[in-house]
Order: sequence, then structure tokens, then C-alpha cells
Amino acid sequence: MNARKLFRYLNQEKIVFLLTVLLFVAFSLTLNNFLDGNNILSLIRSVAVLGILGLGMLIVVLGRGIDLSLVATMAISIAWSMQLIHEGMPVYAALTTGLLFALGVALFTGILVAYAEIPPLFATLAMATFVYGFGRAHLIVGTDVVYMPKTMGWIVMLGQGKLFGVPMPIVVAAAMALIVFLFLKFTKVGNFVYAIGDNLAASRIGGIAVRPMLVLQYVLSGGIAFVAGIITATSVEAMNTRIVNSNMIYDVILVVVLGGVGLSGGRGNVRNVIVGTLLIGVLMNGMTIMDIQYTVQNVIKSLILLLAIVVDSIVNPRDEQTGQQGDI
Amino acid sequence: MGKTGLMRLAATALAAFTIGATAAYADDDMNDPYRAPALSALAGKKIAYLPISIGFDLAQAWGGVVKTEAERYGMSFSSQDPNWNTDAMAQGMTALIAEHPDVIVTQNPDMQSLARLLKQANAEGIVVVQLNMQGAVQTDAFVGPDFIAMGEQAANMMLAKCGAETQTSHKVAIVQGVLTGGVSYYQVQGMMKVFNEHPEIQIVSSQAADWDASKARAITETALQQHPDLCGVIDVWDGQGIGTGAAIKQAGKQGQVYFITSGGGAQSMCDGLLDGTYSATINYNAPGMGRDAWTAITTALQNNQGAGVIKTQIYSPTRVMTKDDVQAGTCWDPQQYAKILR
Repeated sequence: MNARKLFRYLNQEKIVFLLTVLLFVAFSLTLNNFLDGNNILSLIRSVAVLGILGLGMLIVVLGRGIDLSLVATMAISIAWSMQLIHEGMPVYAALTTGLLFALGVALFTGILVAYAEIPPLFATLAMATFVYGFGRAHLIVGTDVVYMPKTMGWIVMLGQGKLFGVPMPIVVAAAMALIVFLFLKFTKVGNFVYAIGDNLAASRIGGIAVRPMLVLQYVLSGGIAFVAGIITATSVEAMNTRIVNSNMIYDVILVVVLGGVGLSGGRGNVRNVIVGTLLIGVLMNGMTIMDIQYTVQNVIKSLILLLAIVVDSIVNPRDEQTGQQGDI
Repeated sequence: MGKTGLMRLAATALAAFTIGATAAYADDDMNDPYRAPALSALAGKKIAYLPISIGFDLAQAWGGVVKTEAERYGMSFSSQDPNWNTDAMAQGMTALIAEHPDVIVTQNPDMQSLARLLKQANAEGIVVVQLNMQGAVQTDAFVGPDFIAMGEQAANMMLAKCGAETQTSHKVAIVQGVLTGGVSYYQVQGMMKVFNEHPEIQIVSSQAADWDASKARAITETALQQHPDLCGVIDVWDGQGIGTGAAIKQAGKQGQVYFITSGGGAQSMCDGLLDGTYSATINYNAPGMGRDAWTAITTALQNNQGAGVIKTQIYSPTRVMTKDDVQAGTCWDPQQYAKILR
């Protein structure tokens, strides 16, 4: 295989996967206990929530959108649920309320994008600020950290339990990945997501109800955000709404883009998200074992994102069509 | 005048004296000579409260106490919430200085960001009280724990559990907040001072979790994975420590790993002690700090020396608590203070 063929063979997903394997081998050889089964589980577990959010982002990005309100929706919806439980609402009613809030917010975002035709970047950015501001002002009236009520029952197991020795956050993330994979691959609606992301105008001419489809994508991602919230809140035993101010949403974009999902829509699948998430997991776990401070970790992470974007633009050059649509 | 006459005169005189004395006493009671000046030094003054966020338990307790007292003495109280945004806070501070309240009560996000502004406020005659974290400039009062001493205290508590005399691995992990934040930085400085004198203690991990419980959980999980024989963990704040404690619990190491943290003594601290999330805590009592801040305000307004002339460090008393110390009412409810601030 000559160099040109090799280059053509390598797409971003393969490059990132190769990078992950290289890092994995390097860490296994240099760090004590890295290869330990429990460490591998804790490695995957620490990025499980990131992976789940990545799935939500994937669905939106495939349809040529982006959802910057994921983290805000996640934090406020579950924090409000737990606050309602503290105030005496039954657990299931409170969780249903939180879920409906997440879905409602996402529905509204979807309508803004699909019907008001506001660019997703701005619509979701505004929604993130709105959800957080509204939530802090009117829903979560006490401290910005809402502690987990002791009465949550079996739901706590989603964050803390184990299934055949595997921590539940990993099991939930894997199940979600499977569901999203099946949805995108085998359902008609899932295929429409790709079609719309690939060519919106042609999809419309082809008879796809483009606007409701766009709304659906945001609603799905809102629901996924709520699931990620439950996992976070039950494993940490608290939901810190300040997380909205952190750079977590960029980490979500990072795992999606890193894995090779094209931000211009229509390209990518669940495997990409898994590969991207694993790279971040291996990287963060290794750096934590090496006792590298998170500020430095952020620098390293962002350099890798930059590298991935550069490689992406070389391997997948912009063509006239994506140029017209405008990249995000 | 006979004997009875003399007696009558004496009785009358005594009665008159008694009445007179009572009247004089009553007159004194009506005019406590120190109260009126004190009240007038306070009445009508404006207090502006600008912590880095009003959304967390400590800031709610400080502000709640100061607001309650301010209203009692006819002062006006306003608060702003920059919501952890240092830029917004600096803008808020600049606007406040232009508004010229009599007192600014603030909490530095770090050492430098507000230093110049606080100096400027003092220069313009505004009394400035800094809470919890001393900026690079000293103003009328700093109210907060002596974090270096607190770090030393935590380290000494850890020595008792994991030091040379114990049959343990002597391995200790430290979970920091943000690297540049004084609350975290000075505590770690105090700890390291003690640990450096005890070479048997092995610090296996010392990382910052960005005041985020999720990060603290992930860091501690990895530390426990690497060092299953870990003896103790110190976290610099209980709000973040809930994640650290969750990692210890989920690794099945509760009881083996001694976990020390510190905080303002909100209900979550008592809950954490009761369910074993924290082994021991150093409580610096946030409502008590609010009272100290109030004392600093009344002192500065009454001493008539002008803003920034008398400068005092008011270090908060602390109390070590374990499960055994927790009773009903030991900790306070942040909701109660949050309501006052609304």
C-alpha cells in the first residue's frame, strides 16, 4: 500500500482510534495499574455521561444542527426534579415533571430552529442561557447545588449500582448507544435524519416532513440530556447546576467531532461517538494517574481537538455544497 | 417639734428622696447616652452585597444575617449576583463604586481581580468588608477562616489516623478546589507544611477538581483504583467533597479511608457526617461569619475614622465535627437564608 492509498484509507475515525490505541498501549506500559480491570471500568465510567450527551449531540449534528443547551437542560431538569422531591412530591411524579421540562425545552428549541429558522447555534445558545437563568431564578430557589434526596429508591442504582460487576453508568451508556444505533440505522425516521443532514432541500422535495423531523431531533436530544442528568446526579449524590458555566458542552462537542462526525451534517454514526469518547477517557484517566492538573489537561485536550479539526479539514475537504450551507 | 414630728419629717424626707431617686433613675433609663449616636451612625446607611455568587450556601448565610440586621437598624441592603462570573463581578463592583453606598460587603473570586477596585472603593470613603477570601489588598475588615491554620489542622487530624504511629499505608490524597483560589491554595499550603515534616506520609494524588463534585468523584475514584490501600483523603470544601465521599463509598472503602473536609456547616454537612460520606469536618459556621461581618460593619460605621483607616483580620472560629456531634439543629438550613435574600 503506497502512501497515497494509506492516506485515502485513513479517515478521521480511524486516525482517532489509532491514537486511542497508541495512548492505551503507552499508558499500559508506563503506568502502574492502568491495565487493571477495575481501572478500565473506572476509565469508561468517568466518560459515560459524556458519551450519553455525545449521543444526543450526534442526533442533532447529523441533521446539520448543534445543541449547545444540552448541559443546561441536563442540569436544570434533574436538579428541579430533586428539588421537587425535597419539597414532598412523589419520586416518579417529580422525575416525570423533570423529563417533561427537558422535553418541553427541547421542543421549543426545535420549533425555533425548524419553524422560526433561527440558526441552531444561536437558538440553542440562547436557550442554554434561558434555561439556566429561568431555572436558577424560579425553579431551584435554594443553593445552586441540589443534593440527592434519600428517598430516590432504585433510581439511585442507575448511578451507583453494578450489573455483573459493570458499573451501571456504563451499562446505561451502552444501552443508549445501542438504541440510538438501531434508531439511526434501521428506522425510517433515523434514515431521514441522515437525508436531511445531507441535503435538506432534496429531502423536502423527496417528501420528508423536514420541519417536524428537525423538531424531533432536538426533542430526542433533550430526553437524552435528562437521562445523562439522572446518571450524574445519582453517582455524585448531588446535581451542581454550576456545571452549566463550565466547559462541559465543549467536551461534548469534542467527543462528537473527534470521533469524525461531520459538523456539516449527514456524516457519522454512533461508532464515531464511542471512539471519540474512549480517546478522551483514556487521555483523562492517564493524565489523572500521572497527577497532571486539570488546567494542563484542558490544554492537552484542546490541542487534540484542534489537531482533529485540522486533520478533518484535510481529509474531508469542504466542497461547494457544504460551503454554501455554511459551516458551524 | 416632738419626737414624732422628727420621725414624720424623716419619713417624708425618705419618701421624697426615694421618689426623687426613682425619677432620676427613670430619667437615666430614657437617655442611654451611647445608644442614640450608635443608632444614628447606622440609620439610613446603604450596604451593598456582592459575593461571587448568591447561589451557594455560604454566601446565602452571610448575606442573610447581614440583611436581617441591616433592616433592624434602618439601613438599606441591596445584593447582586454575578453568578461565578469574575468579569460580571468586576463590572458590578465598578458600578457600585459609582453608586457610592456606605458599605460594600464582598467575596473575592481570587487574589487579584478586585484588588484595585477595592482599594479605590476605600479611597472614596466606602467601607469594604471582604469575606472568606482575602484579596491582595487589605480593607476595613477581612472575615473568614485562617485557611493556612485550617490546612494544618486537617493535616494534623490526618496524621492521627494515617501517621507513623498507625498500622496503615500512610498514603493520603488531597483534592483541591481551583489552583489559584485562596481558599484552596492556603489550605493546601498549610497541609503541606505539616506533611513535609512527616516523610512517612505519602501524598499519592493532589489535584484540583474545580469546585465540581463530579470531577472530585472521578479523581478520587482513580486515586482509589491506583492505591487500594489509601489511608485518607482531604478535600478542601464539603460542597465538592460530596463527590469525593461518593467515590469512597462506591469503591466500598467507607471505614478504611478517613475523609476530612471543611465547610460552612450547612445541613448537607450534617447529612454527610451522618451517612458516613465525611469522616470528620472542620466547620467554620457561615452564619457566624455573617455575624462577624455585621460586627465589622457596625464597628467601622461607629468609629468615625473613615473607611479603610482601621484594618482588621477577623478570623472565624472553627469546630471539628464527627458523626457523634450531629444533633437536630446542629447545622443550618440554607433555604432559610436564601429566602431572606430574595
